[in-house]
Amino acid sequence: MSGRGATMRIDVRYFASLAERTGMATESVEIATGDDVAALWHRLVTRHPELDRLPFRPLVACDMDYAEWDRRLDGVREVAFLPPVSGG
Amino acid sequence: MVRLQGESIDVAALLQAVRGDEDGAVALFTGVVRNHNAGRRVESLVYHAYPEMALREMRKVEDRARRRFAVSEVQAVHRTGELRVGETAVAVAVAASHRDHAFAACRFVIDELKQRVPIWKKERFEGGEAWIEGSS
Repeated sequence: MSGRGATMRIDVRYFASLAERTGMATESVEIATGDDVAALWHRLVTRHPELDRLPFRPLVACDMDYAEWDRRLDGVREVAFLPPVSGG
Repeated sequence: MVRLQGESIDVAALLQAVRGDEDGAVALFTGVVRNHNAGRRVESLVYHAYPEMALREMRKVEDRARRRFAVSEVQAVHRTGELRVGETAVAVAVAASHRDHAFAACRFVIDELKQRVPIWKKERFEGGEAWIEGSS
């Protein structure tokens, strides 16, 4: 078990309009052990207020697989936030 | 076989690539850039992808199509970059012994691609540009 307050770093990627809003495609973020995607997002909105009040709910991918917002981030290296897709 | 590419899609080559001598049917879908959307005149579309994940998701769709339908070959190609009106943004080609499975698998693949694959388009029109978010 990790001790209280243990932290780890995770790579965050933004795509399409989310990358434009944050002004970046990727960043490294410190998270607390036990954090889930929703907790990470909360940290990101604090850093980037323009992520608040989006006209859509982002999709989430952990290490390139779609994931839910309550997915715990232990063992995850990369989290991507995706606008609803519009290929084709 | 699935592919993301910045160069234009050679549809004739794709049809050749999927066809084998056991196939009696080859179904093709192409999605092309149209000159209007939501009442606006469209000049071009710019496609952005999360390339590594897009390829993974495209492969998953291909695998599911192969398991679900009696097909001998499935190929899907999606463009990235800026496309003008009339250019092919996506192509799906399916070969099968019989047309029912070719049509059904082709439809399945394009529908799934549009729902799952992390690719986005930005519309450029007279006087501005806008991300399209959500399938249309």
